[in-house]
Amino acid sequence: MTRGPQPGAARRPATTAALGADVSAFAGRPLAEVFPAVTRTVGKGALGNGWTADEAARATLLSGAGRAEIAELYRFGDTAEKLAILKALQLEDIEQIVGEDGLALVEDAIRTNDQRLLAAALGPYATRHLPAATFRQAVLKCVFAGVPLAAVDGLPARADDELKRMMADFAAERRAAGRSVPEDLQPYLER
Amino acid sequence: MRIFDPHIHMTSRTTDDYAAMAAHGVQALVEPAFWLGQPRTSVGSFVDYFDALIGWEPFRASQFGIRHHCTIALNPKEANDPRCREVLDVLPRYLAKDGVVAVGEVGYDSMTAEEDEVFAAQLELAKRFELPVLVHTPHRDKAAGTTRTLDVVRESGLPAGRVVVDHLNEVTVKEVADSGCWMGFSIYPDTKMDPDRMVVILRQFGTERILVNSAADWGKSDPLRTHATGQAMLAAGFTEDDVDQVLWRNPVEFYGQSGRLDLTGSAAEDTFAGNSILRGARS
Repeated sequence: MTRGPQPGAARRPATTAALGADVSAFAGRPLAEVFPAVTRTVGKGALGNGWTADEAARATLLSGAGRAEIAELYRFGDTAEKLAILKALQLEDIEQIVGEDGLALVEDAIRTNDQRLLAAALGPYATRHLPAATFRQAVLKCVFAGVPLAAVDGLPARADDELKRMMADFAAERRAAGRSVPEDLQPYLER
Repeated sequence: MRIFDPHIHMTSRTTDDYAAMAAHGVQALVEPAFWLGQPRTSVGSFVDYFDALIGWEPFRASQFGIRHHCTIALNPKEANDPRCREVLDVLPRYLAKDGVVAVGEVGYDSMTAEEDEVFAAQLELAKRFELPVLVHTPHRDKAAGTTRTLDVVRESGLPAGRVVVDHLNEVTVKEVADSGCWMGFSIYPDTKMDPDRMVVILRQFGTERILVNSAADWGKSDPLRTHATGQAMLAAGFTEDDVDQVLWRNPVEFYGQSGRLDLTGSAAEDTFAGNSILRGARS
């Protein structure tokens, strides 16, 4: 099974420096008030590297913040801010700052009922850090919530026998109810 | 008929309400932060509530094609509880958010010294964050409360055009009209205002600087009262354009002063393009 197409995957930025965002406009103001207002200053145009201008600016602001500060920005963030923080976790320098503490943010997003947060939580950071049981439950939640499995970075690599069993049980439950089984579940049901 | 409900508490409403609102032309709304019936006793309760206003509730509204914005403040009733006072300290974080288009609801409930202080402090925040203000007028002693409200607004130095004084009626409208502030009317099934009384006021005061809302919440109220008022206006001889001004263009103009209205995907996109944060930098 192959992953979905990933435009620009070859030059996907690995660090905030590679994003090329200019955040000098925000210097000298409290991060708690600057971070929410980023989109109103830089817009959300696509940068052509898989990031939008506001996502890149927010990631760059995070690279100058501490671990506790990032957790607090997430705690008080609106949906766009939380999505930007979750996305930034895949960057090497941000991952270095948050360490294992990023897990609490990912788990918070997985607990929500917002498909956007759920999908954003399951990026490369979750692939590397999320315990197997949590990962399996999160994937199954994607199936329930209609998040395409192609959006989950850790699939198919982390699809172990237990996850496949859970998927098969889910499919059986759906069929018993006369309901359809999501298309993207099929590859996991075939053996 | 396209409708922007400038004051409705969706947190208390069902998905059936969202569906009915969308079916009756409601495409955008503002949900002011207010009290919830059951008093709160800690800052944490407010923070979770504010998070819902900028997170879960816009998400719920979007499923019905409705653009959701909110206003944030410590409301006057709970301003009297010392346990809730610290809410003032977390307000700046929220007043910086994209979905927050005004400071509110502020104003008076029982006209205490505590309410005075909290009202004045929040008018200062409105200046600092360059936001409009939604002012609640008290249910008891309404006329005196409205006069005092206008005095405080005047003393604050905020431009009158950035302030809406809400829950007006036949007794309080004149003073607010003369002040230059926007006039807000809540159309309720039994109390406050009804569609026919609203029509009489519109005949007398015109259609400018007037906001009509349902203020629907956890009490007996009706999220379709805005639509009913539009129908009553048409039946009374107002034009479609008059209705559009009152139920759509006026709230867009008032809350548009925040620079944060995002009406992408709604009928307003063509008529108010400059205000969509999705369109790029505003600088």
